[in-house]
Amino acid sequence: MASYTKHLEMTLETQVESVNLAEEMCLRVAEAAGFGEDDCYRIGMSVREGVINAFHYGNQERPEKKIYLAVDLTADKMIIHVLDEGVGFKLADVPDPLAEENLLSTSGRGIFLMRAFMDEFDVVPGRTGGAEIVMSKKLPAPGSASPNGRGGQNATPQQEA
Amino acid sequence: MSLHATHRDAGNVTVVDLSGRITLGDGSALLRKTIRGLLADQRKMILLNLADVDYIDSSGIGELVSGFTAVKNQSGDLKLLHLTKKVKDLLQITKLYTVFDVFTDEGAALRSFN
Repeated sequence: MASYTKHLEMTLETQVESVNLAEEMCLRVAEAAGFGEDDCYRIGMSVREGVINAFHYGNQERPEKKIYLAVDLTADKMIIHVLDEGVGFKLADVPDPLAEENLLSTSGRGIFLMRAFMDEFDVVPGRTGGAEIVMSKKLPAPGSASPNGRGGQNATPQQEA
Repeated sequence: MSLHATHRDAGNVTVVDLSGRITLGDGSALLRKTIRGLLADQRKMILLNLADVDYIDSSGIGELVSGFTAVKNQSGDLKLLHLTKKVKDLLQITKLYTVFDVFTDEGAALRSFN
């Protein structure tokens, strides 16, 4: 199979509605790429958490700042980038939500969920000076069952940049 | 799908029937308002029926924890009923399944408050 990359990106406002918009867009791409229902749920949740992180922690809910979402569909995986306009952070500084003293914390589980639900996860310094979350999920094997009733790696995203 | 909440009394326990998604924004806000409203009415024994809640994000989890803590701080109790698979899995991986009392039978849940 020839290698290929499909790229899609969008600029989101720093508002709650952007979280749903980003989730819905990535779910469409994931379904078109052949991911099953469980993986779509994990991808959608991870995108939600990435944008919530950018909205709340990165951009501090300041409406003049933007959130940049990009999706790359390569021959073997779906890669998602979420970039904010904050000051950035280090993964090592994020408290462990499973630690006894943090179990009853009312926040701080987003990074944990993204790490749990995606195959690869990292946070790097972004071009804006903010944090860029980069996470990926391997595409389902060709011919594997697709509860969505759609194709596997040959499926084409419904939206492309 | 937005969150809907109704509540009914069962003895000294208030059962809150929730349906929809508990997520950042209106869903989490409604859960907060519902629990805080019950506490203001001195209804401190609360059973959240999550049978029709199929999606919770980190904001929703935070609101569940916040409600749990608020109720406990007023010497009350907040328990969970009828978790869907996704919600149960989420509470398990976040280790919150061991924090909340979780039930699959409403009668047993109501009796546990006594």
